[in-house]
Amino acid sequence: MIVDFFFVLFAVMAVGGAAAMVLARNPVASLLYLVMSFFALSGIFILLDAHFIAAVNVIVYAGAILVLFLFVIMLLNLGPSKRPDLRGTMYRMLGIAAAGAVFGLLLITLRDGHTTSMAGGMGQATMDAMLQSRGAVGVIAEPMFRSYLVPFEITSLLLLVAIVGAIVLARRRAP
Amino acid sequence: MILDFSSPIDYLWALLPEVVLAATGLLVLVVDVFQRGSRSGPSRAWVGWTAVAGVLLALVANGYLLEFEAPGRSGMIAMDTFRIAMNFVILGATALGLFLAFDYLRREGMDIGEFYFLVLMAAVGMMLLAGSRDLIVVFVSLELMSLSAYVLTGFNRKDPRSAEAALKYFLMGAFASGFLLYGIALLFGATGSTNLALVTSEVTRGAQEGNLLLYAGVALVVVGFAFKISAVPFHMWTPDTYEGAPTPVTGYMAAGVKAAGFAALLRIVTVELAPAAEVWTEILWWLAVLTMIVPNLIALAQDSVKRMLAYSSIAHAGYLLVGVVAGSSAGRSAALLYLAVYSVMTIGAFAVVGLVAGKGDSRTGLADYRGLGWRRPLLGGLMVIFLLSLAGFPPTGGFIGKLYLLIAAVDAGHVALAVILVVTSFVSYYYYLRVIWKMYFEEAPEDAVLPAAPGGAFRLAAVVAALAILVSGLFPGRAIQTAETVGQDLAPRPATPFSQPAVPMGVPDTTTD
Repeated sequence: MIVDFFFVLFAVMAVGGAAAMVLARNPVASLLYLVMSFFALSGIFILLDAHFIAAVNVIVYAGAILVLFLFVIMLLNLGPSKRPDLRGTMYRMLGIAAAGAVFGLLLITLRDGHTTSMAGGMGQATMDAMLQSRGAVGVIAEPMFRSYLVPFEITSLLLLVAIVGAIVLARRRAP
Repeated sequence: MILDFSSPIDYLWALLPEVVLAATGLLVLVVDVFQRGSRSGPSRAWVGWTAVAGVLLALVANGYLLEFEAPGRSGMIAMDTFRIAMNFVILGATALGLFLAFDYLRREGMDIGEFYFLVLMAAVGMMLLAGSRDLIVVFVSLELMSLSAYVLTGFNRKDPRSAEAALKYFLMGAFASGFLLYGIALLFGATGSTNLALVTSEVTRGAQEGNLLLYAGVALVVVGFAFKISAVPFHMWTPDTYEGAPTPVTGYMAAGVKAAGFAALLRIVTVELAPAAEVWTEILWWLAVLTMIVPNLIALAQDSVKRMLAYSSIAHAGYLLVGVVAGSSAGRSAALLYLAVYSVMTIGAFAVVGLVAGKGDSRTGLADYRGLGWRRPLLGGLMVIFLLSLAGFPPTGGFIGKLYLLIAAVDAGHVALAVILVVTSFVSYYYYLRVIWKMYFEEAPEDAVLPAAPGGAFRLAAVVAALAILVSGLFPGRAIQTAETVGQDLAPRPATPFSQPAVPMGVPDTTTD
């Protein structure tokens, strides 16, 4: 029941964020909506017991790549600057309260040791047993480099083509 | 040698031609940097020939695949004769495309190593797509092929049409990839696996129970592929992209990308998803009808030969879809045969267009072909053979291909499709023959610019291509026999027991310890 509630919450946030990202006029706002969408997606991953993917999704996409995009957009100075998002003491207090709440949750989590999974899935016991026998890296690496080796290698070619293609298309002077 | 895919080394053998081609691509990229040093401008000629050598080596490696046997159907890559035949078609198209592109690349200053690298990588993607038996491999190889094609489309930095074509292609292609990926996700959700052998057995069960998730997944996968093979109404990007792209790239895309897309469609939809036939037959039937009628009518009104050939390439997707809809092994054989002939004739026709267009790719209009047949007899003669084959006139391979598609359609009970195929082919005669009329029965104007004489590589490859079309039309026995054997090899079979258990994502495979 609670899982269903969180799924619907995250799904609405993910889809709504994606739609708002397309509809927003301000590129910075549109990017922040995308970040929200990614966070919601990570929430769904957690509901599926895919904690590692959820963490990587937040760190790599929402963290690194999108912040990089944000910097690029700000440096490019697209469009006239809009009014500031933070207005008045009220909003400032709300922001601090939200940040404090997240921090408090983190502290509680750290004190309690570990979280238990919310959904069914494989469950904490299976996960623990697997982590015991192979370690966290093994659980990820084994399927990646054994069962899914071929798509993994093709993906590396794909990324190489993307790099070469970007250079070919972005070269300043025509060859 | 028997491959059971229990160890990753087996994949190295199973993917031998792809590995050879990818290694050549990396080699080209590296030697290109070293031979260039600090100088700018075109690469030396041997860089291009290295790429050609790699393709020829991959052809040999592909023949060597016949030595291997993969008894189970558990691997991510198929080891049947259909894959080997499709690899021959794709590699042949790549070699032909490279031979015919040299003159053009030199003229437009595009003769740099990255071009060859991207062509080779596109070929690797096409071959993997044609042979994959796992939905993840289907997606990443499709992306490898598409990404290379997007960049190749925009390769001519001096031409704004090229950039426009690349942008349109990229946006529509990314949209289509989204459809395909969503379809794959739904199929995974409905069946619990991305391995096609497992998906098939689950589909058999799911189709009996009327699983809605499964039906939606199948429909989305079909739509995703329909974009890639430019079936009407998912063809909007094709005319602009084919017209704006550098002409040799257009020919290569029209042949290779379409061949790979059809190979995947034949393997995944008509064989692996055969239990869900009631879903896709209806969709593909309508796609085939529209794709035969609409582009043939629009092509009648085109004044640019390049754009006319783009519409003709869409129409050919319609003819090929008839073979897919038939869904029988005869239909698959006919589609394979027609794909082989089609890729040769379409690359040839686009190569002639690229040569006639002259510097800047500007003279592609119908009027630029006036009197060409008399002033450039070899070029004119080659163009006549390619166009007649595209139209499907008797002494050419195009006629034999269409005949077999017709037979397959009638045998499978799709008489309406066969009738539409014949009628639209008659309509298409007008726009193909109009070019021939201009070439031989109209005088060239006084100030007409004669196209540059083609180089040796072009002459050799174009003559070989034209001869191949004529020989397959006059003595089709061997080709038909091969296509029939291959088509039967691809027929749906009950899934055999697994040597490698299906592993859900993230769970270690315990049997490998």
